Amino acid sequence: MTDFHLAQMNVAKLRAPEGDPLVAEFTAGVDLMNELADRSPGFIWRLKEEDVDLAALGIQPAPPEMIATMSVWESLEALRGYVYHSTHLDYLRRRREWFVPGESAMVLWWVEAGRIPTLRDGLQRLALLGAEGPGPRAFTFRQPFPAPELSRP
Amino acid sequence: MTTPDHLDDLDAVTALADRVRRAAYRAVADAAPDPAGRDEVAEALGVGRTLAAFHLDKLVDAGLLEVSYARRSGRSGPGAGRPAKLYRLSAAEHAVSVPPRAYRSAAELLAEALERSGAEETLYRVAGEHGRKAGPAPDVTTLLTGNGYEPATREDGRIELRNCPYHRVAEQFPPLICGMNLAMLNGLLEGAGLAGEWCARMDPAPGRCCVTVSKNKID
Repeated sequence: MTDFHLAQMNVAKLRAPEGDPLVAEFTAGVDLMNELADRSPGFIWRLKEEDVDLAALGIQPAPPEMIATMSVWESLEALRGYVYHSTHLDYLRRRREWFVPGESAMVLWWVEAGRIPTLRDGLQRLALLGAEGPGPRAFTFRQPFPAPELSRP
Repeated sequence: MTTPDHLDDLDAVTALADRVRRAAYRAVADAAPDPAGRDEVAEALGVGRTLAAFHLDKLVDAGLLEVSYARRSGRSGPGAGRPAKLYRLSAAEHAVSVPPRAYRSAAELLAEALERSGAEETLYRVAGEHGRKAGPAPDVTTLLTGNGYEPATREDGRIELRNCPYHRVAEQFPPLICGMNLAMLNGLLEGAGLAGEWCARMDPAPGRCCVTVSKNKID
């Protein structure tokens, strides 16, 4: 049992709002991919749209083309397994058909086991990655950092 | 060629200079994804078990093979209970270039630039065109082998590719490089006139190429 879990946040801008035929194939796959994530080894939690109350958080609603995902996994390997070693890879391969280049970002960070990150946490980690590049508090698959060591009594 | 790393790579590659040892390496590669035992390799090479073991252990010393121990199923008689020494290909890669060249670094820079500019679709088109140029092949296995893929047919008829020719870059940029590879493979099948019968698709799994080739469904 590890003391830290891996959190992930991703934001991306669709080429057209949900419902537009241009992104229909993507939208059709979202539920499939979420269900696949939910039953993947090492999956712990993911943000569900219905659970988000932007007004309560004091966050400006994003334009309808912007989509965000946030999730928690037991380890970097578990997340990598879902993202790159499942049918999810084929959706990633086709991302340019649906997403505007240069308008997406993904960030990884460690959370204490049992803690669920908030949308605000995720946005802060994205901002940190953008400002300082990969580091122990906000990193990427290509440049990961190990989980912190918990000091034990 | 002057750094210690390069000299280790040279050691690894020269370990394959011996013809029998090269055949032993090939026999282990052919057994993948399963590991190979000394008896199987000896049989494949038509040499004695002791000689096969000698070459296999030399390949381990050179860092080209890795060892594990396991009881092999279906064994009986004396020694059945003892774990066998099994060999599989090491994940380490060895390249020797004289004079020194750094194509991998160039590939990583190019890949990052392509991702950042969102030019993935252009790469897929280029890869498809490149694949089509390879031209005719008598059958799908010859085509895939000739292009470095190490095909292995599974029970359900799917062809898995045991070698990922772009492994190091694919690990860094999976959607980009695996997408390029998929387009390349479908291009190869088209160029060889085999696209009516066979089709490449994304079918990711660790330890092999993330694309598999399967027969088109004929209605």
